[in-house]
Amino acid sequence: MSERYVPDVTVPASVQKEPPRSSLRWIGKSMKRVEDLTILTGKGIYVDDIALPNMAHAAVLRSPYAHARIKSIDTTRAKALPGVIAVVTGAEFAETVGPTLALSCPPIEQRVIAIGKVRHVGEAIAAVVAESRYIAEDAFDLIDVEFQELPVVADPEQAASARGDAVLHPSLGDTNVISDRTYAFGPVDEDFSRADVIVKRRLRWHRSSAQPIETAGAVADYNVGSERFTIYCNTSMYNQISRSTCAGSLGVAVTQVNMIPSLVGGSFGSKWSTHKVFLLAAGLARISGRPVKFMEDRLDQMSNGDNHGADRVYEAELALKRDGTMLSLRFTVTEDWGAYMQYGITTHGNSLAQVVGPYRINSVGARIISAVTNKNQQGALRGMGSEVSNFVIERMTDVAARELDLDPVEIRRRNLIRADEFPYVIPTGNVYDSGNYQAVLQMALDMFDYEGWRAKQKAARAEGRHIGIGLVSCQERSVFSPTEMWSLNDPTQPGFHMTSLPETVRLRIDPSGKVFLQLNAPFWGNSPATVATQVLAESLTVEPSDILVTFADSDNGSQTSAGPAGSRYTTMVSGAIVNAVAIVREKLFLFAAHALGCAVEELELRDAKVGVKGNPDIEISFAQISTAAHYFRLDFPPGPEYMSGLEAVGVYDHPLSAKPADDRSHLGIYYPIMGHMVHAVAIEVDPNTGKVSFLDYVAVHDSGTVVNPLTMDGQIYGGTAHGIGTALLERFHYDENGQLLTASFADYHMPMAQDMPREIRIGHVETPSPYTEYGMKGGGESGRMAAPPAIVQAIEDALQPFGVEFFEVPLTPNRVRKVLRDAQNNPD
Amino acid sequence: MGSTSVDITVTVNGKVYRKHIPARTLLSDFLRQELYLTGTHVGCEHGVCGACTVLLDGKSARSCLTFAAQVDGIEIETIEGLGTAKNMHPLQKAFWEKHGMQCGFCTPGILMTAKEFLAKNPSPTEEEVREAISGNLCRCTGYQAIIDAVLEAAQKMRNLQEVQV
Repeated sequence: MSERYVPDVTVPASVQKEPPRSSLRWIGKSMKRVEDLTILTGKGIYVDDIALPNMAHAAVLRSPYAHARIKSIDTTRAKALPGVIAVVTGAEFAETVGPTLALSCPPIEQRVIAIGKVRHVGEAIAAVVAESRYIAEDAFDLIDVEFQELPVVADPEQAASARGDAVLHPSLGDTNVISDRTYAFGPVDEDFSRADVIVKRRLRWHRSSAQPIETAGAVADYNVGSERFTIYCNTSMYNQISRSTCAGSLGVAVTQVNMIPSLVGGSFGSKWSTHKVFLLAAGLARISGRPVKFMEDRLDQMSNGDNHGADRVYEAELALKRDGTMLSLRFTVTEDWGAYMQYGITTHGNSLAQVVGPYRINSVGARIISAVTNKNQQGALRGMGSEVSNFVIERMTDVAARELDLDPVEIRRRNLIRADEFPYVIPTGNVYDSGNYQAVLQMALDMFDYEGWRAKQKAARAEGRHIGIGLVSCQERSVFSPTEMWSLNDPTQPGFHMTSLPETVRLRIDPSGKVFLQLNAPFWGNSPATVATQVLAESLTVEPSDILVTFADSDNGSQTSAGPAGSRYTTMVSGAIVNAVAIVREKLFLFAAHALGCAVEELELRDAKVGVKGNPDIEISFAQISTAAHYFRLDFPPGPEYMSGLEAVGVYDHPLSAKPADDRSHLGIYYPIMGHMVHAVAIEVDPNTGKVSFLDYVAVHDSGTVVNPLTMDGQIYGGTAHGIGTALLERFHYDENGQLLTASFADYHMPMAQDMPREIRIGHVETPSPYTEYGMKGGGESGRMAAPPAIVQAIEDALQPFGVEFFEVPLTPNRVRKVLRDAQNNPD
Repeated sequence: MGSTSVDITVTVNGKVYRKHIPARTLLSDFLRQELYLTGTHVGCEHGVCGACTVLLDGKSARSCLTFAAQVDGIEIETIEGLGTAKNMHPLQKAFWEKHGMQCGFCTPGILMTAKEFLAKNPSPTEEEVREAISGNLCRCTGYQAIIDAVLEAAQKMRNLQEVQV
């Protein structure tokens, strides 16, 4: 057997300060959330709950056409409607607000309100500010717009042939293909030439999205005296990124914008940056001279929310030896980005972080074609593209198993990376920090009773029932480094090639002994305050009830805080807390040593006190130390180390990252804290209706050290539900005219309680990361990243007697029936 | 357009309000913007998600599909009337203990739905609870912990009933 290809990547040494251990008091315990009481009593403040004095309301007139020139727009009649304060067209809005964030390479200009041309149904044409939302929407009928329809591109595979008026962005060339780049990671051709078997399939992943129950919104005010904007909004990136890009678009200094977070009613990626929403409110506030609220309604969110998920066509090939050994994966993927590309091709960088799954695959060839079409643009969505590559590698593995007459579990077992191979560098350069995939698989097989289900399946088939079994082993990369946002761009023009994505907290011990912890990212539906409380209670030895977690606005916040995304927050905020505690601890020891008359080296933290090691009687409480540190300066020596107060800023940089190679022969280390999961599912399909029913569902996850099993399981349940929606229900369906046919919850089906398995049975394996504090890994996206391939495999397995295959999601009953009908009408 | 106004008198969580409002005011907007009871959330404004569910004379209703003018003289219950941190309703307690919520946006509607359901069916099966909340969308939890929480609350409420009897 030939030597494994390993790209030339140096894995940095670990910076872990707090090793994982079993003696922890708070980490690893199911703690009820500190966030909940406010919310459960109806007293949580979400952005739509904010009302400023004299506030007006905005609504947006949206394009009914997928692609059209705006020949003329007349707002005279609308402006005359009583209660209307302002009606603003794209050209008028552009006098106040410039283009929005555009990270693609080359950049594609985007406007909050379209100027001259609309490129998808739902794009903003004009905004109305009125005394109420009702009046603002009344005014829509009084805005006179004359359109000239343009040819519509709704199929990404036809984007290359579009010319002339069918081209969305003529300034970028006479084509709708924005980029077409090919990458070889390792000896792809050699591996294919030594293969015994090559399987090839076309796979289709249709677009869906997060659709949190709360839409995006903002309340903005512009103060003509201070010349400052105050913006309440439900985005997450407001500290590291959004305040800068927001100020840039508003044409003011960052000191002229304060972004204030509210509770966020769910994001799943969709609110990572809601720039068009907060810029709309801010611009209209300035124009109208009134505080303005803009809350998307559901149609706004679905047709123009800038957060649709991946929409890909893969032509994939997997090369194997006859014994099932995987050699190489090669694919061409065409991505339908919609009309704009706010985050460039980040989601493909993301996919390539774990493109080989948990398998020992020697090389990867990727051709990535980026098409723009007349649809709402993509944004971030739970999985960020890696959920699609999980689907591809798992489905290709199943095809190979069938081709080689191997059991789907056996082919996986033969290729899993072994526990002694970590840290494991994959062909693209990313590192898998740690794992025990065999243990996860074994637990899943035991919990699920794989053999038992195979026996039940056989018995059912004899009765004419179609039970199917799916079992997949998948990765969840966590804790991203931002190189994935540009590493796939042309190396000579990579765009803004940032490599920092830190997280920061501010910690202070009050003279009362109570502890304040300031986070720089909002509550956006997960459990940041609870997690931070547990980690701080652990590392500072204080009671959770003595901790208050607050959320900084951007005036008071730290620019070194990127906030939650890419399953990074628990790991990153914990690192920041550990670093802040280290600084405060040093000062506590200094003051305590002086007060107790001992050496710093003799001291330890214990239960909110500083005490002498080995002597339980000599100790001083945090409250006593902090009181002295705040009020009795003259009791201490004059040196600067005794400066008043007990306060620290803890910054935590990415614990394990490396730049891409200059020639992009590898992409560097950028998503290394690797979670893993096996989902095993038994379903029954009714071939007459295409209906899928769940019989059993087991999810075994390894997210390293689990901080709070209660909330971790919540993420697994919810993520799996999201994945079930992706697999069976959810699709933004655009017709050939670019009309969005599924623009309400009546047509866009998300899982309801009756769509779920009766129980998702969860198992945990904990393989701590050697690189993060306490060995944590991310886990928030994992459920959605495993459910689709497991369910599709199970459906295919159930329908084996019909000889059909499935390589698309969602598999609605209609799609299942169509595949069955086609097979029956065209038997081979 | 929208010029007709009406006077309404409603009782919300035991408190009487008299208001003069545009006739087309939705109940959800009335509660949130006129009475500042912002615990009732608006998710879809087309009656599918159930986040805006309130109780009208004890019966659950979508406040986004109800005009405020329709509830003149009616007794309304919202999340704000369910319980306080010091005096939590068993449903609130159970949702806290079982992690029946994450972002919390759908939670008020689900709590009000569950309150009505348990009043009618104090000893539900898991399947009956699933059916009862099947008109409420939750994107965070996958429903499992919600169902556990409602079953737990039912148990606690039955125990409470026995103690009182």
